[in-house]
Amino acid sequence: MAEPIIQLTGVNKWFGSFHVLRDVDLSVAAGERIVVCGPSGSGKSTLIRCINGLEEHQEGRIVVDGVELTDELGSVDRVRREVGMVFQQWNLFPHLTALENLTLAPTQVLKLPRAEAEERAREQLRRVHIERHADKYPGQLSGGEQQRVAIARALCMQPRIMLFDEPTSALDPEMVKEVLDAMLELAQGGMTMLVVTHEMGFARSVADRVVFMDQGRIVEQKAPREFFGNPEHERTRDFLAKVLPR
Amino acid sequence: MAAPSAAGPSAPAGVARPPPPRPGGARAWLRASLFGSPSSAAATLLLLAGLAWLLPRALDWLLFRAVFRADYEACRALEYTGACWGFVAEKHRLVLFGRYPWGEHWRPLLATLILVATLALSGHPRAWRRGLLAVWAVALAAFVLLMRGGVLGLSRVESGSWGGLPLTIILTVVAMAASLPLGIGLALGRRSRLPLLRAVSTLYIELVRGVPLITVLFVASFLFPLLLPAGLRLDALGRVALGMTLFQAAYMAEVVRAGLQALPRGQGEAAAALGLSTWQAQRRVILPQALLLVIPNFVNSLLSTFLDTSLVTVVSIYDLTGALRLALGDPLWRNFFLEGYLFVAAIYFTCCLAMSRYSRWLEGRLSSGRRR
Ligand SMILES: Nc1ncnc2c1ncn2[C@@H]1O[C@H](COP(=O)(O)OP(=O)(O)OP(=O)(O)O)[C@@H](O)[C@H]1O
Ligand SMILES: [Mg+2]
Repeated sequence: MAEPIIQLTGVNKWFGSFHVLRDVDLSVAAGERIVVCGPSGSGKSTLIRCINGLEEHQEGRIVVDGVELTDELGSVDRVRREVGMVFQQWNLFPHLTALENLTLAPTQVLKLPRAEAEERAREQLRRVHIERHADKYPGQLSGGEQQRVAIARALCMQPRIMLFDEPTSALDPEMVKEVLDAMLELAQGGMTMLVVTHEMGFARSVADRVVFMDQGRIVEQKAPREFFGNPEHERTRDFLAKVLPR
Repeated sequence: MAAPSAAGPSAPAGVARPPPPRPGGARAWLRASLFGSPSSAAATLLLLAGLAWLLPRALDWLLFRAVFRADYEACRALEYTGACWGFVAEKHRLVLFGRYPWGEHWRPLLATLILVATLALSGHPRAWRRGLLAVWAVALAAFVLLMRGGVLGLSRVESGSWGGLPLTIILTVVAMAASLPLGIGLALGRRSRLPLLRAVSTLYIELVRGVPLITVLFVASFLFPLLLPAGLRLDALGRVALGMTLFQAAYMAEVVRAGLQALPRGQGEAAAALGLSTWQAQRRVILPQALLLVIPNFVNSLLSTFLDTSLVTVVSIYDLTGALRLALGDPLWRNFFLEGYLFVAAIYFTCCLAMSRYSRWLEGRLSSGRRR
């Protein structure tokens, strides 16, 4: 197997005295699509937030695209260049239009000229089918549209890896599909994706591997066929019984 | 499907129609709000009785028996049964402009008008762009040029002779404008991850907020000259402006901090995840939103700073109240201090009323603007 693009070895993290990540080992190959699931509070968000340095881990190693996340100045910045993130609450900047949301980081961080940044932004908006809303403010868009703008915003930085933290769970049911479709297109384009979600349909059809977490540990990780067809652990079976429609 | 029975006044069920009219109109409103219950009826009657007693007497004193001419003898003959607006007629220029040379009063007048016009212009959200800073730079330069003179054939007038309304306004403007960046710095410092910066900012804010402005003004006037290096000698007015700025900065920091705290954490996280540096995130994402949120509080602080400027008289700067005291120094007219204070109070009140109305207008506009 080629050098993994994300490599976590023996990662431990505490919030105060609460042990939130316990001896996490995870290795992701370039182009792989991983779905992370597990009960609430099991540490899924914390795990993916550690990968782009929004949370700091206390033990173990996290290496992203050859850069290890350390205290050293600049290592976080280099990692964030390669990693885009989409949040549950989409976190668009409400004082900027959709287009300005997209051009902010390219002009500020990559120092692209405005025209080039706008061209890039419009291309990404086209990709998530939301081009006509370019000049609207986030408050004028539906939840599904906002989340697609958020995806486009992350893509404008041309990351090699995309992290999604429950991108559809704050959406009304009729908007979930448009966001999942955008993610599906992204997956088909070969993006490395780490997706925390309870959308088991998405896991089944898109994921190369499903990672199941419980109480800060990775309990099992398997290809979706096996994960859903033949879960090994008691906890996994309990969880699947709850989230899968019967 | 049944056709609607008739195109009559009752619309078919399920079709949207306007709400029914509210009962009664003005009369019902009066009844409900003034005589809604026995206790509210009693309070209303009591207030009406009080007004009926007070109003004729007040009007009598203020207007009907008052003397409006600058006629000292007529004022004395009143024996305080009516207001002597003659004092205002006689002394208003002294109150408005302090000890500024009498023949040059058009200069402070024009300077004041320039500041007021610039303030009014800055009030509209449409004016909030980079160019506004340039407009202010020009306005302030014009103010200083007019007031101080020494060029363009204007006689030189040192800041020690400035006074009255222009002084009140310029102190307010300078203290507010200069304390804003300082306050932003302190607020960011207080929330910084660097322990030393955080400690220093917190200490400064808490220390200054624990001290009355009057103390700060004394320190500024008498201690700054000893503390500042010789090259940085400020005149008395400059020292007071600096003192007010340093004082106001602590309060401004708390105003800004309230805005920073009101923003969801996700805003900073999204900016960080996109690779923006802490400074870029603050400048482009956090501060624009936080400052917009606290504009109403900012206008409130503007109002209190404006009133606080009256304290500078204690260090012999003749702002509006100080200039009034100068005017009352005239032994002939000094007994009519009540009229003098009412005149000055009316000026303060008019300005404050304008600011608070403006603040309400702005709040409405901004909150509707956010949902654009
Ligand atoms: N900043 C924090 N400080 C203290 N505890 C935290 C913090 N963030 C998360 N936690 C705790 O850590 C645990 C794991 O949180 P995390 O958000 O990673 O869970 P999750 O698996 O994403 O859950 P969910 O499905 O509800 O989003 C939870 O018990 C949570 O209360
Ligand atoms: Mg979570």
